[in-house]
Amino acid sequence: MSEPLYPGARLRDTLRDSWRIWRHRWAILGAFGLTEERFHAWPLPAQRAFIAACVGAVLLVIVGPFSGVDLSALITFAIFVALYVPSWKRLGRAGRWVIPGAFLALAATFPYYTDTMFTIPVLGAFPDTHTGVVMLIFVMMGVGLNVVVGYAGLLDLGYVAFYAIGAYTAATLASTQFAGQNAQGGPTLSFIFGGIDVDKSLGGIHISVWLLLVVAGLFTAVLGMIIGLPTLRLRGDYLAIVTLGFGEILPQVARKGDNLFNTGVNVTNGPQGVTSMDAIGFGSTLHKYLGLPENFESAANSDRLFFWTAILLVLFTIFCSLRLRDSRLGRAWIAIREDETAAAAMGVPLMRTKTLAYAIGAFFGGVAGAYFAEVTTGANPDSFSFNFSVFVLVMVILGGMGNVWGVLVGAAFLAYLDQAGLANTGAWLNNHLGIAIDVPKYEFGIYGVILLLVMLFRPHGLIPEARHRLEFEQGVADEPLYDATTT
Amino acid sequence: MVTDARTGEQLALRRSLGINPVPLIGLALVVLLIVWLAINLEKTPNQFLQAFLIGVTNGSVFGLIALGYTLVYGILELINFAHGDVFMLGGMIAITLIGSDVFGLHPGQAAYVLWPKIIAVLVITMVGCGLINATVERIAYRPLRGAPRLVPLITAIAASFILQNIALASKGANYVTLNSGLSGAADFLPQGNIFTFGGGGRYTWASLIVLMITAPVLFALLWLVQRTKQGKAMRATAQDREAAAMMGINVNRTISFTFLIAGSLAGAAGTIYALYFTSVRYDQGFQLGLIAFTAAVLGGIGNLPGAVLGALLIGLIQTFNNTLTWHAPGSDWTQSIVFGVLILILVFRPEGLLGERTPEGG
Repeated sequence: MSEPLYPGARLRDTLRDSWRIWRHRWAILGAFGLTEERFHAWPLPAQRAFIAACVGAVLLVIVGPFSGVDLSALITFAIFVALYVPSWKRLGRAGRWVIPGAFLALAATFPYYTDTMFTIPVLGAFPDTHTGVVMLIFVMMGVGLNVVVGYAGLLDLGYVAFYAIGAYTAATLASTQFAGQNAQGGPTLSFIFGGIDVDKSLGGIHISVWLLLVVAGLFTAVLGMIIGLPTLRLRGDYLAIVTLGFGEILPQVARKGDNLFNTGVNVTNGPQGVTSMDAIGFGSTLHKYLGLPENFESAANSDRLFFWTAILLVLFTIFCSLRLRDSRLGRAWIAIREDETAAAAMGVPLMRTKTLAYAIGAFFGGVAGAYFAEVTTGANPDSFSFNFSVFVLVMVILGGMGNVWGVLVGAAFLAYLDQAGLANTGAWLNNHLGIAIDVPKYEFGIYGVILLLVMLFRPHGLIPEARHRLEFEQGVADEPLYDATTT
Repeated sequence: MVTDARTGEQLALRRSLGINPVPLIGLALVVLLIVWLAINLEKTPNQFLQAFLIGVTNGSVFGLIALGYTLVYGILELINFAHGDVFMLGGMIAITLIGSDVFGLHPGQAAYVLWPKIIAVLVITMVGCGLINATVERIAYRPLRGAPRLVPLITAIAASFILQNIALASKGANYVTLNSGLSGAADFLPQGNIFTFGGGGRYTWASLIVLMITAPVLFALLWLVQRTKQGKAMRATAQDREAAAMMGINVNRTISFTFLIAGSLAGAAGTIYALYFTSVRYDQGFQLGLIAFTAAVLGGIGNLPGAVLGALLIGLIQTFNNTLTWHAPGSDWTQSIVFGVLILILVFRPEGLLGERTPEGG
């Protein structure tokens, strides 16, 4: 038996072996007449139905005592069974779309049923719609960073810089930030291009937020290229440290940008940040003729409108990410990630390919930042710290570098932890153990532990990319003649 | 890679001008810096001297941290992000020890009582931090020896966060100050002036002592690395791990030893920092660590005298920027300037001031 090369595998196997029930599952089942051979002789749906029944039984034992079993839990399980048991993929072209379609439908209707959902054990209540919006924005950022870290293998420790650029671009161009002041106290600059419900007397630049999402993305991508060009010729950890440097410089620029170089030019409004950003919406004309919502912020179902917009943005991000991965450019990224020298020798233009990875990752970071600024109606320099970059990085690593679906799950889960889950877990722990620990205070310590454990025991993440998994299990090319490090 | 470092535009420019533009731009920047310094010296000589003295003092503290970065990078090619946090823990340990009843330290004590105790605190902190650093290596880096290079870098960030949160859990989110457990001022280092000059400028014994600790540590370290058998093992392991193992060097023990030394340097820096600046906060280590790392890169990573030189330069850049008046960006921008220096160094001279050209450095 060949020993897997990636670190921690031995300990992981020990842990798995010590889980005796799992190890002896066939012996136990065999006692009831179900041997492994017989099980595998069953038709596939029957096998899956059996597994689903076992999962259901285990969940019943675990979830039941915690929060009780209500209708929503049963319906959730029924949907899981309906999607998992039949072999949808074998039903031809239409069948392949059943599972993604079902997930999309579930995601789109999320605001309607989230209030009636069951309580998750330990983690607490199901995320509400506003938490859902934040989760989706983080998913977008995670998938964007995944292009840089997962596809191209460039460790970016300053992703927050792109997010900040996007947020500030959108917030300054859709608010009274550049209004200025004339002698009478009125605005000197007033430019309105599609801004919704703008008070004209206050002045400032008010460009349509829809347009700004694109503008912020493109502007961030250009800045990403400019940052990337001098630094991308460095490799590995040097690049990581330079991106970290940019991630530290830009928030400082944001914080001190109310008086740039002592000239009195106020670009970012300093520590207060840019506030009261314009609302997003379709305006009165489109509202009158097409019935589209006029103004998202003042609408009765404000959270839902923000949620659906976020879903569209995430869909766009995932679509681009997947198509890019399978393109010529995506293959070049993966080639660079696997072996830069070999890729260069095969004619992959290193600089252009890396710069594009950087620019595309920056684009999504910028759009996410712009939309986040819109959701929180402004940009605040305090939210842009190194911790933020690491937070997004943990999403990518936990989910599985290079795998969009893994990153999606990792980002949604961590964003939920950040928004509500950690506080709920802390409350639960304190309640049951009779202690008083402020769990959210140690948020980043907990992420540190997650990061360490994932790297040691499951370096390819929870849902790994197939290529990465092979890489880690069979080892990368350079096998030493004499393995000195394990002695 | 030397070949892919030269981009198309650069080559085109070089062909048309007959010169390589990159060193010229770098040279122009250095000349600008020197002109700026000279004008400031001419306009406000006293402030300049004061800034210089403070810069050298700060720089020598950074130097002790930077030595740890450079040692570890030299042997493992790993940026030990947790190093700054080990330094921070060192400061916390030192403050706790000084404030504890066991030592019974008071600022007013006579020198022959005070100094042995301070040295005892220093030694205990050094040993403690050395062990912390070696433990971090054992848990977070050693299992990942064969993994791709970015993997230990990520666990280093994880270790940094974990150490920070250990400090947060044990000491809270506020500054831990030296005099918290004591009555009166916390001036353990003698505050008397060695000399004074115009404009209220002065140079204190405390500053000199900081410098006096850094210099012997550097020489002891150089002796250790260049003259002893253990140092030879370290250099061999840094050059080629497999070959070193074949020559009978216990690679893992050598790496652990390196981390122990690096950690104890961070412990020394933490103690001095605690004595000189009298307060430490749980998240300070990371920032100071990044500054020290910049210093190590500036001096040429892997090069011991380079780390100290880089640290002195970074200390000077910081204080010049903070205190000079003629066209200085001011303390608001210090952090940005330090990282700007880092980026410029990596763009124009990735091998640093005293280092050798490496493939990674372009």
